[in-house]
Amino acid sequence: MEIALLYIAGGLMLGISAAGAAVGIGILSARFIEGIARQPEMLGMLRTQFFIMMGLVDALPIIGIAIGLYVLFAVVSG
Amino acid sequence: MAAETSTEYIQHHLQNLVLGFHPENGFGFAHSAAEARVMGFWAIHVDTMLWSVGLGALFLWVFRKAARAASSEVPTPFQNFIEMVIEFIDDNVRGTFTGKNDLVAPIALTLFVWILLMNTMDLVPVDWIPHLASLIGIPYMKVVPTTDPNATFGMSLSVFALTIYYSIKVKGPGGFFGELAFQPFPKFLFPVNLFLEGISLISKPVSLSLRLFGNLYAGEMIFILIALLYSGGFWWGLAGGALQWGWAVFHLLIVTLQAFIFMILTIVYLDMAHSHH
Repeated sequence: MEIALLYIAGGLMLGISAAGAAVGIGILSARFIEGIARQPEMLGMLRTQFFIMMGLVDALPIIGIAIGLYVLFAVVSG
Repeated sequence: MAAETSTEYIQHHLQNLVLGFHPENGFGFAHSAAEARVMGFWAIHVDTMLWSVGLGALFLWVFRKAARAASSEVPTPFQNFIEMVIEFIDDNVRGTFTGKNDLVAPIALTLFVWILLMNTMDLVPVDWIPHLASLIGIPYMKVVPTTDPNATFGMSLSVFALTIYYSIKVKGPGGFFGELAFQPFPKFLFPVNLFLEGISLISKPVSLSLRLFGNLYAGEMIFILIALLYSGGFWWGLAGGALQWGWAVFHLLIVTLQAFIFMILTIVYLDMAHSHH
């Protein structure tokens, strides 16, 4: 029973982290492309900012995914 | 590594080499995770210290060599490369930092190159160095210092201390506490302000270090999981090789990006410490 709960917990961590990151980076990319379409000459600056923001948005989901993987493969003995 | 079960393999790879005082065995290296836990707070992660200080020394040595050999003649490729790095940092500091402080650019350069070097250790296949270490009798060896929260918190708390120092130096103690207590809402609501600003102040070093740690830890974790495939026979091993290459290419982006973000946020925090409201 407890092992099964750990599997569910790991699956939820991976899934919700991935969903959050997907929504965040999706919105960010859409606005990024919109920005380039409006002002193509800003591409260089926008790309730098885009990568910074992507790193910031990505940080928490990736922490969730790391902990999820740790739970799935190391805590659940198997 | 004599591959035990996959769980033991993973936990072996995530265990630091801990030097400390054990209540029964005395002073020495921990030979299991349980022993390391008993050693408590004053134990030291020898592998983290060794690799981070070693890579820091490598950075200083390379850049010193470039500075010594620098000339106004046609630059060598090596000098070109170092100049490129320095100009990149310089551009970013000039673009982001508005105050006057000669210390910020060197801090940014050190953080960027040092973290980049430490992160790059992640691209070394996960078994090589620990296996070599186990041949000469070292039980644990974790080669990526940034997958140890002690290292990332060490850096972010140093940045935090600098932020506080410059806040107080530039704005005076009154200005610093005024910024904490009187900011988003009017003065009579100062407990609420203090609470909100206090959280945002504390969250800076925590998020700075956890972001770097989490990204590198996830990367390392996935490399370890891929390395598990090598024990599954020829075809699994082949798939593992392809996966490892693919993840390493993707990870190159994360490695550079995280070093860059740590540097940029350090500059931004120091800039906030220098700006008046």
